Amino acid sequence: MTTNSLPPDPNDLWQPSRGLNKRVEQAVIWLFGLFAIISVATTVGIVLSLLFETVEFFRVVPLWNFLTDRQWTPLFSNPQFGILVLLSATFLTSFIAILVAVPLGLLSAIYLSEYASPKLRKWLKPALEILAGVPSVVYGYFALLLVTPFLQIFIPQLGGFNALSAGIVIGISITPLIASLSEDAIYAVPRALRDGSYALGLTKRETVFGVVLPAALSGIVASIILAVSRAVGETMIVALAAGLNPRLGLNPFVPVMTMTAYIVQVSLGDTPAGSIAFKSIFAVGMTLFLVTLAFNIISFWFVRKFRETYE
Amino acid sequence: MTTNSVSQVATKACLRAKNVSVYYGPFLAVRDVSLDIFRNEITALIGPSGCGKSTLLRCFNRTNDLILGARVEGKVTFQGSDLYDEGVDPVYVRRRIGMVFQKPNPFTKSIYENIAFAARINGYKGSIDELVETSLQRAALWDEVKDKLKESGLSLSGGQQQRLCIARAIAIEPEVILMDEPCSALDPISTLQIEELMRELESRYTIVIVTHNMQQASRISDKTAFFNAESTETGNKVGYLVEYGDTEQIFSEPREQATQDYVSGRFG
Repeated sequence: MTTNSLPPDPNDLWQPSRGLNKRVEQAVIWLFGLFAIISVATTVGIVLSLLFETVEFFRVVPLWNFLTDRQWTPLFSNPQFGILVLLSATFLTSFIAILVAVPLGLLSAIYLSEYASPKLRKWLKPALEILAGVPSVVYGYFALLLVTPFLQIFIPQLGGFNALSAGIVIGISITPLIASLSEDAIYAVPRALRDGSYALGLTKRETVFGVVLPAALSGIVASIILAVSRAVGETMIVALAAGLNPRLGLNPFVPVMTMTAYIVQVSLGDTPAGSIAFKSIFAVGMTLFLVTLAFNIISFWFVRKFRETYE
Repeated sequence: MTTNSVSQVATKACLRAKNVSVYYGPFLAVRDVSLDIFRNEITALIGPSGCGKSTLLRCFNRTNDLILGARVEGKVTFQGSDLYDEGVDPVYVRRRIGMVFQKPNPFTKSIYENIAFAARINGYKGSIDELVETSLQRAALWDEVKDKLKESGLSLSGGQQQRLCIARAIAIEPEVILMDEPCSALDPISTLQIEELMRELESRYTIVIVTHNMQQASRISDKTAFFNAESTETGNKVGYLVEYGDTEQIFSEPREQATQDYVSGRFG
């Protein structure tokens, strides 16, 4: 072992020249660190700009009014900013979306992972994931021009714009997310666990629902929470199909205005920058950010707490 | 092949393999095995890797059915009836012939639920609490876990997990327990505990154990079957039964040279 002797032996056959390498190693660390910082800094910058404008907004509109007013009338001469109005609409469309997406996504995940033949799975899973690649504006028109007229056959009082079809179509659009992530979680349950269950004289269904799904629970719940925050943040579908009427309540048949739809409306309209109505979109954006952040934290916590570690 | 040396007492046979061959897809994995397993005895299946001993074990409770493309030829009977008859439900077979696996595989449930779960689904009408306690006692685990039945089965050590899996298997009162290298993932002390446990279980159950450990086979089993493997032209290995008899005879005066070589540690 002369290679490690100090000082280097000139007669050694092994003469590494790492002089330059060391500087390259350093440069690489700095370069990669820089990119990491850029992405973090961008996020911090966004949050900060939201925060500053939000603070400006709350200098004019008291937080208490923001949280308790029951009207959202930013353009009236005596404007009211009751976030509950927009929150109720967001909650309504997201809730309908989850009602659609959880059964659809979860059952497809179970089918794909446990029942489909490997051949079928190979085709079906990518096909499902293509659904996730459909632009949301397409979904929006799908809701407006197809789903709403179809639903009006059964529900005559359904408005041309309504929370119901927007919610259903959001549900369809987030189904691939739940299906794909849940399927990963279910598929990752070790085979040994299934074998153990079969060896106790349990049927396939008993094994899937009694052993495999509980073992995959943390991944499934994480996928659902992620889908919820996606539904909360969904913009195009609600802007196109749910209408733009700020209205407090949980009636799915009438036009409503979600937080995201409001932000779109103000950003695209001729609301003068610096006006209180303009500043309100930052307050709404902040609320939206906090809601999705809360969901992401819950999901993170849940996965950490309930993840089963298999050897 | 001297497989029939013990067939004069075949009436006592609990499980019976007759000319069993197993294929995985187009590949023959085990060739023409005939073997009787006797009630309330421990039968060890030994042999080098790839000799098909685990594959054969899986035939006895139809766990090979779970592997895509696996096919069993020949006849396997359990108490006289054909396990592979068309009307036989593999779920029912596995209910009566339990299995413990190489790596401990407790469910992601509490210790209590690991045992209670299958019993409940299988419609056990007695007291589940009592069943959990007796099963854990029989698996020599009760004293270690009685104060933490609500904790996850995965929180236990490897040896404890394996005993939990044994407790889980005996809780549903099978007649046979198949064990596929149950100690290979365990330390020597846990291995000894499991071996002691198996000897205690012998009076109630019929046990078939696959093991790589020849000392283990000689320590605990009543009968031993030695398998060997040969390579085909295509390169895959085919296992076959070389010799089957009383453990003492297999280890002290085997009839076949291959057995002699293997048990004396010359190969494998």
